[in-house]
Amino acid sequence: MDLVQLLFEAGFWAASVRMATPLIFGTIGELICERAGVLNLGIEGIMAAGCMTGWTWVYFGGDLWMGVLAAAFVGALFGLLHAVFTVHLGLSQHVTGLGITMLAAALSSFVFRMLLPNITTPPKITPFQLLEIPFLSEIPLLGKVVFTQSPMTILALLTVIVVAYFLKKTPAGLALSMTGENPMAVESQGLSVFAIRTWAVMTGSALMAVGGAFLTMSAFDAFYIGMVNGRGWICIALVVFASWNPLKALLGTIIFAAFDALQMRVQQQSGMIIPYQFYLMMPYIFSIVALIIMSRRSAYPKALLVPFRKGER
Amino acid sequence: MISERPLLSLKAITKTFGTLVANDNIDLELNRGEVLALLGENGAGKTTLMNILFGHYRADHGTIEIDGSQLSPGSPKEALQAGLGMVHQHFTLADNMTVLDNIMLGTEPLFSLRRHNSEAITKIKRLSEQYEIDVNPNSKVNTLSVGQRQRVEILKALYRDTRILILDEPTAVLTPQESDHLFATLKLLVTEGLAIIFITHKLREVMAVSDRCLVLRHGKTIYQCRTADTTAHKLATEMVGGELPKVLRKKSELGKSLFELNNINASDRKGHQLLRDLNLKLHAGEIIGIAGVSGNGQSHLADLVSGLLTPSSGQLVLNGIQVDKPTPLHMLRKGVGRIPEDRTATGVIGDMTVLENIALEKYWKKEYSRFGMLNSRTLANHTRKLTTSFDVRCGGLHSSARNMSGGNMQKLILSRVLSENPQVILANQPTWGLDVGATAFVHRQLIDACSEGAGVIIISEDLDELFSLADTIQVMYQASLSPPIDPARTTAAELGLAMSGHRDVVHSLLLKEAQS
Repeated sequence: MDLVQLLFEAGFWAASVRMATPLIFGTIGELICERAGVLNLGIEGIMAAGCMTGWTWVYFGGDLWMGVLAAAFVGALFGLLHAVFTVHLGLSQHVTGLGITMLAAALSSFVFRMLLPNITTPPKITPFQLLEIPFLSEIPLLGKVVFTQSPMTILALLTVIVVAYFLKKTPAGLALSMTGENPMAVESQGLSVFAIRTWAVMTGSALMAVGGAFLTMSAFDAFYIGMVNGRGWICIALVVFASWNPLKALLGTIIFAAFDALQMRVQQQSGMIIPYQFYLMMPYIFSIVALIIMSRRSAYPKALLVPFRKGER
Repeated sequence: MISERPLLSLKAITKTFGTLVANDNIDLELNRGEVLALLGENGAGKTTLMNILFGHYRADHGTIEIDGSQLSPGSPKEALQAGLGMVHQHFTLADNMTVLDNIMLGTEPLFSLRRHNSEAITKIKRLSEQYEIDVNPNSKVNTLSVGQRQRVEILKALYRDTRILILDEPTAVLTPQESDHLFATLKLLVTEGLAIIFITHKLREVMAVSDRCLVLRHGKTIYQCRTADTTAHKLATEMVGGELPKVLRKKSELGKSLFELNNINASDRKGHQLLRDLNLKLHAGEIIGIAGVSGNGQSHLADLVSGLLTPSSGQLVLNGIQVDKPTPLHMLRKGVGRIPEDRTATGVIGDMTVLENIALEKYWKKEYSRFGMLNSRTLANHTRKLTTSFDVRCGGLHSSARNMSGGNMQKLILSRVLSENPQVILANQPTWGLDVGATAFVHRQLIDACSEGAGVIIISEDLDELFSLADTIQVMYQASLSPPIDPARTTAAELGLAMSGHRDVVHSLLLKEAQS
């Protein structure tokens, strides 16, 4: 098998970007929460909730885009729950986040079973179709990789750009980053740390849920229990890898997805000299190695994990 | 310029927390172009009053008027818009971000699509020129010195067109030169018509910069006067509510050598030199003062003495015996008492009880534990004895240490250390943030320990403290220590220069000593 040839293949990279999509939403969502100083370990469960909500909406006759919105709304609700516990009550972000993951994941399976009690094989919906953006899709390589994708993938790429611009160039983005660095500075300038953190966690959680919805509404066409399969945890690692920078986060998700795509190809092609489990490990080994290298010099938000209490120093 | 109506007037402000009356019917007026010094011990109600002014708390009674119009209570935003600005003792700056980011935060409508950076930079440049505050808006805060950070805080307030600037213990972290710089800036601000409230413990500064003084005690206005009509002594007695406990130090004969550093070097894992060629010799009955601007290696020196830092070369001699691999426990057992710099971080553990905090440095002693079990009865007796004899006010032995005031926390640490009769006492900023009464108490205790034969190393940024206590002063600058200087033959200004790296000053000081 010719690895070098593979790296120049548009199909390979298109697959990588496609597989990166849920990770992009999840990583950017987590990044927004953490830049405001709140770790959101609810991500794994919130993605599952997004998976279920989006799919169910469409299955019962709803519009695809409205399904994405519904998933975002449910994600924001779980975000609000997380914010009430961690921001307003100042409880442990780890414990609350894990609790939300368990709650949201279990609740998704429960609701799915309640709605469709008598099925043996998971029913299917008509997912998002490939979108070829006129003219742009004809650019060599880039046209296939970026501009011939599911509309949700294109939305993910746009989200990265918007969030990067928001954080760097707008007053609200400055306030958000400041909240993660020194909440006292924000409060003393007449802004509300509680409000900023609540909005950040809700928005971030909404994005996570949209990432989940991609799995059932674009990547596949059915809902399986446990289909998020650890993607949320990978997003948390990728945020650290990206040093809390949205553009680096995009790079990280694509590298991770590329390893994932690579292991699929390699599994099919090689004569199974190496057990396939080793190929399955590749993306995860990448993330561990990358974390070890990158996290040593990453500048994490100073107030991450620190609850803000009014009137205290 | 000065109009009839005061710029700021607080009328009959009262605030209670449960049974505690934090502010009792306080009136305060402030005119344009005036510096008002607000004095009081810790817990006198200064902070509460400022929090009410800024809308962080709501007063039970009373009104706040700025320029004749009433401020609605409990709205920080309105207070800012009315022209109130505050420079906190602990700066409210985000270190990882630029000066520009810190200044611009919250000054633009949150939902505009773009930040107007270049306009902001123009305005900052104009303000810096007008008030002679020199900062580069694009540098990151963590590259700035403490003095520069304070200037950023002032600039931040000015950027919002502040008319009333409140400074909370602004000189606590500054060198004498930086303080002078700050006072010059304040003078400029006042001539432009700003009004300033200056909160401080340091009476010398009150006399130097303020026009009027207001002393609070137990939440009440005790004394109000024009600075020109009063004396530092009068202010001090009003603050404490009686004559100040006099701290006088009689120099005693030096005893045997207790602790020596000979050509000590130390570096961190990355190879940065933390300590450079240190020499120090401490005798029984001696107090050595270490002067210096914070961040010049004092904390590493403290770590070295308490056994947290292993020197890479040089000799550390304790009681005539060379210590090769110092560990905290070894140093503790051999009679080194440690009063750490940051009480809440490395002194006491806030979530643990008073008793547990006392036990932290002595649990391994035979009296307090047997077969690995704590002997809680002897510990409780011991703790009770300490809290009474050191007058530590706490909610009982089993209340968590977090709830104590800074002064009481320091007394707790002091009692833990001194009850073991240490031979060498390392006191790093022992009176930082304490009021006059608590400071005098700490000084008294250190002097008593010293006259009983202990040697004391005091690391301090407060030169007055060093001048009143130390037998010799060594200046720490960029990880190295100057030779001992006799405080009787030097001035604060000369030390200040030495602290900012003028080595020739140290040389001339030493020369002066040698000649006489």
